[in-house]
Amino acid sequence: MSIRIAVAQCAPALGAVKRNLDMHMKWIARAKTAGARLVVFPELSLTGYYLKDLAADVACAADDPQLLPIAEASRELDISAGFVERSADAKLHIAQGHWSGGKLVHIHRKVYLPTYGIFDDGRYFGPGDRFDTYRWAGGTTGVAICEDLWHVSTPYLYAAAGATIVLAPSASPGRGVAEGGDLGTAESCRLMDRFYASYLTVYVVYVNRVGHEDGIAFWGGSEIVAPDGTVAARAPEFDEDLLIGEIDPELVARERARNPLLRDEREDIVLRNIAGRLGLPFDRRD
Amino acid sequence: MTSGLARTGVIRPDPKDPSPLRIDEVLVRKMLVLFIRDEIAKARLRRAVVGVSGGVDSAVTVALATEALGPANVLGLFTPYRTSSGESHDHALDLSKKFGFALEEVPITEQVDAYFAGVKEKVDKVRVGNKMARERKSIEYDRSWPDGIVLGTSNKTELLLGYGTQFGDMACGINPVGDLYKTQLRELALSIGIPERIVRKPPTAELWEGQTDEGELGFTYAEADLVLYHMVDRRLRPAELVEHGFDAQLVTRIRELVRRNHYKRVMPLIAKLSLRTIGHDFLYPRDWEAD
Repeated sequence: MSIRIAVAQCAPALGAVKRNLDMHMKWIARAKTAGARLVVFPELSLTGYYLKDLAADVACAADDPQLLPIAEASRELDISAGFVERSADAKLHIAQGHWSGGKLVHIHRKVYLPTYGIFDDGRYFGPGDRFDTYRWAGGTTGVAICEDLWHVSTPYLYAAAGATIVLAPSASPGRGVAEGGDLGTAESCRLMDRFYASYLTVYVVYVNRVGHEDGIAFWGGSEIVAPDGTVAARAPEFDEDLLIGEIDPELVARERARNPLLRDEREDIVLRNIAGRLGLPFDRRD
Repeated sequence: MTSGLARTGVIRPDPKDPSPLRIDEVLVRKMLVLFIRDEIAKARLRRAVVGVSGGVDSAVTVALATEALGPANVLGLFTPYRTSSGESHDHALDLSKKFGFALEEVPITEQVDAYFAGVKEKVDKVRVGNKMARERKSIEYDRSWPDGIVLGTSNKTELLLGYGTQFGDMACGINPVGDLYKTQLRELALSIGIPERIVRKPPTAELWEGQTDEGELGFTYAEADLVLYHMVDRRLRPAELVEHGFDAQLVTRIRELVRRNHYKRVMPLIAKLSLRTIGHDFLYPRDWEAD
């Protein structure tokens, strides 16, 4: 039985949480009308991305009352949305929550904070320290927020832990306009999505935003790539779009039967290799 | 647009190979139209004011603005000094007819001459040129009130070389063409229908008679753009460029212009005194809570 999901390729306003909440409600309603069981929003969808000092102003705890409308709306369908989380010890994190049945059921804190080029995440945020999978109606899932996905180990760890879906909420600035190719960033992202989907036999749900922040354009182009490497659905570049696609567990099973790379994966060798290099003890369990 | 890896081959720094500068004009046009539309809306404004000199940079800017906002929301200002050429005037008019925006002529001769009439010492022509550039910009800002934004027309080459007047032609609310080298801007110009006679004529600031950019700089835009592309975009060191066959004197001169004029590209320095200082550690985005 396949599960319908929706991707909200939207343009959040920078630092205007209330306005963004209203915007979320509209997309959630549209996703519900389209029969989706889950709607995924891009990175920092409730706050905007290039926050700078606004990060502290818009941060809230995961159980903050201002997120209640999202929790309430998740009684109708699951919602994955981004916000700035203030942890119990007052650190700021780029976070993606998954709300289901009226409750927050999972939260991922962005681990890899790009602090180079046009990015300055590390100045304003603290890193997450784990890649945990969780289960919802669509299957076992891992979240890779933007830069997280660029690190090969992230989707690898998720797939190894049993994930069949990788949600990749992003705020990817479009750049690279050389002749003879696609937008440079689009080319890289599509290569990544297809590669991970095919070789880890998972669904990659790439969720990018659109709009401008301080002159930087987010290019959209969200896509759902199936474990056989086909692009199941793709949103246009630069324009808002509600992208609808299906997650089919049968297809995951068929692809893994045909192409059992994950079954044959030797995590023990990976672990021994890394443990040895870092001088950590490693006992192989047989 | 094609998907997948359409580009093949390594980009090598080669003074005889200008191909790395080529751009996807369709994509760039789309991105710049969206940029103008979006950032003007975020500022809660609706009109654009562009100083139209008859040259290619302002031609591209005003054409993109017209596409983004509709011709009724774009005002072109032609601000001649007594040394300005009739050809520039014709070209500005051509653009207005072709793209449909209103063009107003506001001469600046009287006010500039009146100011310098009261100056006792001998005035260098650069001073007059700077004054003209700032006079023009003050008119653009005046005409932008209350619901317009002044669009910048300085390209990446000029900005990097510092070949412009600070708070004069370099001043603006937003700049759509500041990340395009002159060579790339010409390519874009042809693809969006700027007449060839405007694209191909020798670039000049027209601050004094006979002035041309390339004559004053001492090298061509084609040469400078390729050096800047490899130095800035591809992060090659000057010594590496020379190793690859670029002229050492040219590379040194360009690198020095970029360094010496950096002050023109940044906000004025503020003396740090308090616990939190604008520009140092009070860092809010400009699109703060903007739609």
